[in-house]
Amino acid sequence: MIVAERKSLDEILAMLQGCSRVLVAGCGTCVTVCMAGGEKEVGVLASLLRLAARRDGRTVEVGEATVERQCEWEFVDRLAPVIGGYDAVLSMGCGAGVQTIAQRFGGARVLPAVNTKFIGIPEKQGMWVEMCLGCGDCILDRTGGICPVARCSKSLLNGPCGGSQGGKCEVSQDITCAWQLIYDRLAALGRLDLLEKEFAPKDWSKNRDGGPRRVTREAIML
Amino acid sequence: MKSRSNLEWVLSQGRFALTGELGPPQSASADVIRKKAEHYKGCVDAVNITDNQTAIVRMSSIASAAILVGLGLDPIMQMTCRDRNRIAMQSDILGAYALGVNNILCLTGDHQSFGNHPTSKNVYDLDSVQLIHMVRTMRDEKRFLSGDELKAEPRMFIGAAENPFADPFEYRVVRLAKKVAAGADFIQTQAVFDVARFSRWMGMVRDRGLHERVRILAGVIPVKSARALEYMKNEVPGMSVPDELIRRMEKADDPKEEGVRIAVETIEQLREAPGVAGIHLMPMMWEAIAPVVAERAGLLPRPAPPAAQEAWHASEGPSTGA
Repeated sequence: MIVAERKSLDEILAMLQGCSRVLVAGCGTCVTVCMAGGEKEVGVLASLLRLAARRDGRTVEVGEATVERQCEWEFVDRLAPVIGGYDAVLSMGCGAGVQTIAQRFGGARVLPAVNTKFIGIPEKQGMWVEMCLGCGDCILDRTGGICPVARCSKSLLNGPCGGSQGGKCEVSQDITCAWQLIYDRLAALGRLDLLEKEFAPKDWSKNRDGGPRRVTREAIML
Repeated sequence: MKSRSNLEWVLSQGRFALTGELGPPQSASADVIRKKAEHYKGCVDAVNITDNQTAIVRMSSIASAAILVGLGLDPIMQMTCRDRNRIAMQSDILGAYALGVNNILCLTGDHQSFGNHPTSKNVYDLDSVQLIHMVRTMRDEKRFLSGDELKAEPRMFIGAAENPFADPFEYRVVRLAKKVAAGADFIQTQAVFDVARFSRWMGMVRDRGLHERVRILAGVIPVKSARALEYMKNEVPGMSVPDELIRRMEKADDPKEEGVRIAVETIEQLREAPGVAGIHLMPMMWEAIAPVVAERAGLLPRPAPPAAQEAWHASEGPSTGA
């Protein structure tokens, strides 16, 4: 899933300066699962905005609307009947959600309420960890199902570097060395031979290359 | 000979090599380089120039190395993968060679979070193994990484680092083999305080026959105090410092003298290990101690290049050589 984290209230209030009618828009998919921008978080943020306004002696009208997925037209369309009455839409979706609303409703001022962090999983209750960088050229078949591009501090393909000690990364004792994990897993699978051969330089053109990347599948085009 | 490197020449003669390390200043002062370089004249075969080590901005390793060329020293330009992509790296390798630099040490590079610009973006377009391979391709196949032809190739003597004290221990020698296969001509290791672990690692190196395919220089740091040792044990990633060494330094009446003694003893022990082709001294901003350690370890005088070699240097100087 896409993992996000809500921005601080101060930062959100600063963005909303001068707005007296705000629609807080949630998303029912990834950010609901990672508890950053679903219906429940929309309710909490809306209440905080009303409280802050009362504290500062302002009047503000805060609406709430959560759609199934902010990154799909058919769901975003459902905001059409209400969106016109607001000065600003505070999206709690990921960066794709914010931009989908902005693109669909040309006249709306759409603001991000969360920071989109990464593609990851819940490591344990209340903690999410990055797993994938979306690099566009998956190599997990050669690394025991553990991604060094996303999980090694230096994205090394021929790791580990000389800073790996006791299974930890040189950057911090809180970071597990991804290459130690890869080594252990390939050892368990009897495939350490995979680490004998040099990994060639990565083709980064599949990651960032002249504007947004596109996936085109003509077979399903209308 | 693959290059005009003095270090390569010394190693090719079967002589026990000695290199030193010089950290460029956090300033634009060439005088600092010249002053530090004085300590290494006639004392080592080649001088490593660090590349923004610990991610702290310093004078570039290329410019510092070029200053050393002017002083008649043989610089080993360190290059990390942290700050440059493959385009900038190849460009800098060409430029360094044109300025008379004949050695390169290919490194991953310390993470930027250690330095004075922790909010910077790192690059790591290549890693150290891929960098070695790229330099070898440029030198031996006269091609860029893209495959394009390279008319005047940079004839670098190619070095790499290895850390016998990092984990997974059994894998370190495999990674060394990868670096050798990629094209490393010489290796400089992390500083050795834990001779026992280094010896176990060297045994694995010999088991694979790697000591015959690459020249291994063991790293040695002369330390001034017990506190410096403790710092390295606790704060520097990938270091192994036995407690008895720290106690020995704590008990010493003259810690600096004791530090030199430990360095000299370590060199003597390392020299005994089959497959160790030389020593790499890392005085960590204490460059003045290098000649003292070299002298007392019996490593002076350094072999002087034969007249023919010198004549070749003179006739094929850097500006015409490339």
